[in-house]
Amino acid sequence: MKDTLVIRDLKAGIEGKEILRGINLTVRKGEIHAIMGPNGSGKSTLGLVIMGHPSYEVYGGEVIFNDRNLLDMEPHERAQAGLFLAFQHPLEIDGVRFSTFLWQAYSHRFGNGRKPDIIKFRKELRQWLKNLGLPENMTDRYLNVGFSGGEKKRAEIVQMAILKPEIAILDEIDSGLDIDAVRIVAENVKRIKQETGMGVILITHYQRILNYIVPDYVHVMVDGRIVEEGGPELAETLEKEGYARYGVAEEV
Amino acid sequence: MADRKEQEALLDFDYSKYGFKDEDAVYDFVSEPGLDEEKIKLISRLKGEPEWMTEIRLKAYRIFLEKPMPTWGVKLDDIDFDSIVYYARPTRKVADSWDEVPEYIRRTYERLGIPEAERKYLGGVEAQYDSEVVYSRMRKELEEKGILFMSMDEALKRYPELVRKYFGTVVPPSDNKFAALNTAVWSGGTFVYVPKGVKVDIPLQAYFRINLQNLGQFERTLIIAEEDSFVHYIEGCTAPIYDTHTLHAAVVEVIVKKGAHVRYTTIQNWSRNVLNLVTKRAVVEERGFMEWISGELGSGRNMKYPSSILRGRGARTDILSMSFANTGMHHDTGGKVIIMAPDCRATITSKSISKGGGISTYRGLVKVLPDAERARISVSCDALIMDEDSVSNTYPYIEIEADRVNIAHEAKVGKIGEDQVFYLMSRGLTEQEATTLIVMGFIEPLSKELPMEYAIELNRLIELEMEGSVG
Repeated sequence: MKDTLVIRDLKAGIEGKEILRGINLTVRKGEIHAIMGPNGSGKSTLGLVIMGHPSYEVYGGEVIFNDRNLLDMEPHERAQAGLFLAFQHPLEIDGVRFSTFLWQAYSHRFGNGRKPDIIKFRKELRQWLKNLGLPENMTDRYLNVGFSGGEKKRAEIVQMAILKPEIAILDEIDSGLDIDAVRIVAENVKRIKQETGMGVILITHYQRILNYIVPDYVHVMVDGRIVEEGGPELAETLEKEGYARYGVAEEV
Repeated sequence: MADRKEQEALLDFDYSKYGFKDEDAVYDFVSEPGLDEEKIKLISRLKGEPEWMTEIRLKAYRIFLEKPMPTWGVKLDDIDFDSIVYYARPTRKVADSWDEVPEYIRRTYERLGIPEAERKYLGGVEAQYDSEVVYSRMRKELEEKGILFMSMDEALKRYPELVRKYFGTVVPPSDNKFAALNTAVWSGGTFVYVPKGVKVDIPLQAYFRINLQNLGQFERTLIIAEEDSFVHYIEGCTAPIYDTHTLHAAVVEVIVKKGAHVRYTTIQNWSRNVLNLVTKRAVVEERGFMEWISGELGSGRNMKYPSSILRGRGARTDILSMSFANTGMHHDTGGKVIIMAPDCRATITSKSISKGGGISTYRGLVKVLPDAERARISVSCDALIMDEDSVSNTYPYIEIEADRVNIAHEAKVGKIGEDQVFYLMSRGLTEQEATTLIVMGFIEPLSKELPMEYAIELNRLIELEMEGSVG
């Protein structure tokens, strides 16, 4: 199926320990899916496995995107195919300028073997930094080095805006952000979605961000399985009742 | 200045082809392998040197014979001094136009991009091919300021009193076995003299090339920066790939007078069969500033510790070095600072990368003598290890005899992070591009200190070393 990410009975884990115990999920371009669940339910693992983190092993199932089997592809091939993961904890890379790195990624995504238009790239980058409320000199700073927690999260969104994915996975994009920052990030995610028509998988523990980015579907993940699915109203129920209804002890 | 794109195009040739040799090279004179006093006298006579220099050579030769081989650092016990050719002169003339340089040599330098670099962004160029300088030229406007830039041999002919005054004062032949050998058989190298208050605003470059198999290259460089002057000197080195060892044992002496500033940059890309054993040292007077910047990419076995002796109050030095030890390579590098006067500052920054079984060793000495109160010193060595087979060692020596000294020392050894590589790959970079970018970032403190053209060259060389690193 075109423009569709299909996950079927995906089982994966680390060093023989199964974390995902059979996940089924279909995300079309233009849709917003929220994956909610308590800590340790495997939400972040799902994002990392879809993107191809080498520490995780896949024990079964499949992940198909645009009729290609993602599990046979290297992480960079998945990215070039239009997949994007906004990291919960973006990595710091010393000595590598934000713009140098992003230009290289941009060249892969849009170059078709040739150098894309650098003027256009710079213009877009400047605009998106501004949209996210980040300083222009961010481009010359080293990738995530010395960025505050909030700056890192916003910089992930800038990267996403520049790389224009088909499907974006946002892993706890609101954690560590104050309420104004959540609003800015959410507005920009919506703007990018509007401009690109991308599909979004929003991984979150709390319902808060869903007030700003209203999902089409909500999936509740507990202990490596999706245990309940519904519309945005399900998120509101969870906000009131917590995850206790799934037999999970409430965290503070 | 040309823009970056142009520079990229200029440097856009295959760096893996540094290792070529000139099959059709013709020599004016090649001495028999091995060394004795007669051979030294012959070299001195062929060069038409004054008697005092012949005496210095012979004295140094006796020191060389007596001095033991260093027992530390890289493997040295297989050097066969009898099989080395100590002197090979391609031509008798130092040309000041590339048209006058023998065709096979000109071709080599053109392949290395030197004449073009000279036209675009250098103030002067000197090219040494085996034992002799074959080309030397400086821009007229620099000449008019009284700057001297020529081969050491020529300086000895034209300015014997200057050479005699400073030669061997910073690195005496008794310093170590290879400094003694260099003093005995030195040939070529650069002489730079910058008059008081003169600032040379574009770099001067020397380019050293070894072509002949079994040749030992023993250039001798002397830089004198008079009070309040500034000069940036750059050296580059390449050689063909042979299956026998080639010895490169240079001596560099730098004199930084009151308030002067010398920046000495090296991009060393010898082929792996070259043993690089060099002694580089500067004395720095009051408020003077000596910068040593080096990128060590080539040479199978490399021992190099640029040194600064801070002799005047408020003198400063920065020693910044990067070395990349790939398969079969052993780099033993670092820096040395001796502080003799109050209020001096020194920084040593070492970045090493080991890959494919390569060995990188940092060896550094900081010595603060009793008079050197209020010295401020910072030493930092970072090692990046690319795989399980590679090795990194750190030997920092610190001796402090003065009061109120502020010293910071930091050493870090890291492996290339899987999560970092994954992060970059998740944006579309291949594994090789991701690791290369991380390595480039690691050496950024060095590359940002280089003129743009050299930073690009360094990046290209690193990309080359990183090729095929991912299975």
